Formats: sequence, structure tokens, C-alpha cells
Amino acid sequence: MTRQYSALSLFKEGIAGQTGWEKAWRSPDPKPRYDAIIIGGGGHGLATAYYLAKNHGVTNVALLEKGWIGGGNTGRNTTVVRSNYFYPESAAIYGLAHSLYKSLSTDLNYNVMFSARGILTLAHSESAMETAARSVNAIQVNGIDCELFSVEDVRRVVPIYNFSPGTRFPVYGGTWQPSGGTARHDAVAWGYARAASRLGVDIIQNCEISDFIIEDGRCRGIVTSRGAIRAERTGMAVAGHSSVLAAKAGFRLPVNSYALQACVSEPVKPIIDTVVISPDTGVYVSQSDKGELVIGGALDRIPSYGQRGNLPVLEGVIAGMLEMYPIFGQLKMMRQWAGIVDVVPDSSPIIGESPLPGLFLNCGWGTGGFKAIPAGGTLLAHLLATGRHHDISRPFDLDRFARGRLVDEAAGSGIAH
Amino acid sequence: MQLFPCPFCGPREESEFHYGGEAGNLRPDGSEVTAERWAGYLHMRDNPKGPTREIWVHLTCGEFFAMSRDSVNHKVSGSSVLGEAEHGA
Repeated sequence: MTRQYSALSLFKEGIAGQTGWEKAWRSPDPKPRYDAIIIGGGGHGLATAYYLAKNHGVTNVALLEKGWIGGGNTGRNTTVVRSNYFYPESAAIYGLAHSLYKSLSTDLNYNVMFSARGILTLAHSESAMETAARSVNAIQVNGIDCELFSVEDVRRVVPIYNFSPGTRFPVYGGTWQPSGGTARHDAVAWGYARAASRLGVDIIQNCEISDFIIEDGRCRGIVTSRGAIRAERTGMAVAGHSSVLAAKAGFRLPVNSYALQACVSEPVKPIIDTVVISPDTGVYVSQSDKGELVIGGALDRIPSYGQRGNLPVLEGVIAGMLEMYPIFGQLKMMRQWAGIVDVVPDSSPIIGESPLPGLFLNCGWGTGGFKAIPAGGTLLAHLLATGRHHDISRPFDLDRFARGRLVDEAAGSGIAH
Repeated sequence: MQLFPCPFCGPREESEFHYGGEAGNLRPDGSEVTAERWAGYLHMRDNPKGPTREIWVHLTCGEFFAMSRDSVNHKVSGSSVLGEAEHGA
């Protein structure tokens, strides 16, 4: 069987009629006991499984997914990877993710198509330019690459923008992270799944959690649609459904679930070779390798677990996009969808042991979970293996809400929620 | 565009409304409130999947009210003027 992906194995399989490829990951039946359980087969859960095995040698691990892996927010985001955050704590966590993304294809032996095509955040007024300058300063002090862009710089990078006089969203400049970019979201899920499975992790799909096994005040395992599974340590990375699991475990989280929409156009020839974000309209746009324009916007302002989104936000996104890029007016939109994101008051993640000992949290990434997958996995794996915080995850413990020490990126980075 | 029922104005478009929070999240009273209790009031949420009762404000008339809704299918089952359950006694 062909295990390693390479030009040589591709060539050999081409000659052999593509008959020797093994399945990318195994689908075993769950065992009654593991060293660790991970709930949630999205990017964060799969990355946790992989780093548990790779960094800590813990391979007797079950990863449980109620649907199919990568079918939640990992398959629904707009694939942007960046680390231009305001606070040092955030720069550390997103910087870790970004640096792991750069070498992820080699690390996983799976092409995640990370493309450092640069990310431009526009400033539409003089005051927005002042905020941008402050933001660039902070980001540079954090050791992250970031530049302040003038109008001329923006014109050079995004010539199709509507620079005409009297436009509703004039450009005064912006901030530019040259090392930011995009990655292929499904490949990130599949690559981590394959690599984790090869190291011995059991990936179990169509397996929903119905309850936690709580004995002596500790989480000792879970009850699933495929039977009870025991482990001394359980991690959960279920994004918008974190509150639902927390309720089963007997505690509450500072999480509100909202729908975040995105849409893609029909594929067209290359027209935009970077990621452009407009905080004022909430619109961000990039072009996929297939040629589709990938368009995202702000959150629906209605708490929701319905994975589809409402019309007013979509209308606002499309209207903003057409004002900024009139050239897109003839495009046909192909698909629209939504994912349920876990929004936290300070727009920063929650990583750490939950109020139920033995159960560990990775949630609260809100609208920005995809970019953080390698870091979320590394840090939850560290917690599950050692029972203690990694230095990078310590500031993001759930206890910050009672201590008042929030990492307020909503104010710092101007995140739209 | 979904219609939400304002108890004062009748059915109006969803974009006229703003979400105010979960109903029944009462502000702690007294001087001996712990940090955990404050954090509970300020930040912790039930965030239910399915039937939910919430405080909303109709921005055009400025009135706050309670609305019963399903967070999965978005069906609204009713709305009412705020009562003691939402205000506290």
C-alpha cells in the first residue's frame, strides 16, 4: 500500500492504475477506554489529536465527531490565516499558529496549500488611518510583520478597488501583513486526520455525545451514540456548540452562538491576488485557487444555531462589496452558507481546564478559529498531556472572566463583534 | 427578511431590532457579591440550542420587550411586555 505522498508515489501509482492508495485515515470502532478523548472533529480537535501523538507520545486517543470531520466551521470559513493582533498574548497564540501553518504541508505530508499572499485591512477615513497607525505600531512591537499602507500602496495591491471621487467608502490607506494569506480549509482537516490516524489515533465519525461520565466530581469519560467511552482526560473543541456540551457537564460559558455567513461567486480568471478586509463594511474578499471569489461579512446579530444565516447581513455584504468593487457587479454568486461561531465578550479564545475537572476547553475563537487551528491543537494537546497550561495558553483560561483580566481584541484589533 | 413582533408596534422587519440578552439574567444585589457571581451576571450565558426567551429592543420605538424564539429554526412563538421575571422583584 502507498502511504507517503510524494511525486514518486504519484508516479508509481499512475503506472499501477491508482490501485495502491490506502485510505487517508482508519475508521475503527471505539474502544471502551482511552488515555484521552477529544470531542469535535474539526480543525482544532484533529490538530489536538495530532499534536498529542506527535509532541507528547500519547497515541491511545479517540477523536469523536458527531457528523463528518471538517463538516462544521472548518469547512465553512473563508480560509484566512493572519496574526496581526494588538495584544502580546494574542500575538503569541496567533503567531504560533501562523508559524506552524508555514511548514504544515511538510509536517503533515499533506498539501494544505498555504499561500502567503498578504492581507490588507483598509482604512476608510482619517481617524481610521490614525487607528491603523497605532495598530501597526502595536503589531510590530509584538514582533509580527505589519506595515502601514498609503493610498498609493493600496492602489498598487488592489487596482480594481473603486478609487473614484465621491465613492461611499474612500480609501485613506490601510494595514498590510505580507506573510498573511489563505490555506485550503478541507486539506487542513484531512491532513491532520491522516497524520493523527497514522500515529495511532482512532478517528470515529457519526458519534454524538449524549452525556459525560462524572464520578467523584471528575470527568471520567463520555456516553455516546456508540456506547460509553472512558478516559481520565477529555478535551472539547466544538466551537458554536460549546454551551450545549457545557450544559451537559454542569457549567456555563461566556459564549453566545451566532451564525457567520460567507458566499462564493462563479470561478473567474485571476482578478485579486491578496485578501482585502474592510472593517467599515465588514466585507472581506479573496480569490480561491479555483477562481471563485470568497466573500465573507460580519456576524448575523441574532443568536442562532441554524447553519444558514439571515438575509439582511448578506444584503449588506453584497452591497458593500459592489460599492468597493463595481467590477464584480456582473458576477453570479454560486453558494451561500453559514457556520455557528462561539462569540466571547473579549473576542479571545478560552483554553484551559473547565469547571469540571478532567474536562478541558478549546473554544471561544468566534469568527477567527481557522487561522488558529495549529495553535489551538498544540495548546489543548499540552493541557491534555500534562494537565497544566502552556505559557501561551495561560492568559486565555476561563478564570479571566472572574478576575477581570480580559484580552479585549474586540477593542484592540477592532474585531467586528 | 424575517418579521419580529414588537408588543407595541406589531410585526416589523428584523433589522429594526437589536438583541439585548437572555431573559431572567438578573443583576446581583447587595454589597457582598463575589467576583464569580459578577462574572456570572456579566459574562456567563445559557446560550440554549432550541427554545429560548430573550430580551430585545425595537430600535424604532425604543421599547425593550421579551421574545420567545427558537434558536435553531428561528421561529418566533411570541413576545410580551417586560414583567417582573425580567426585571426582578
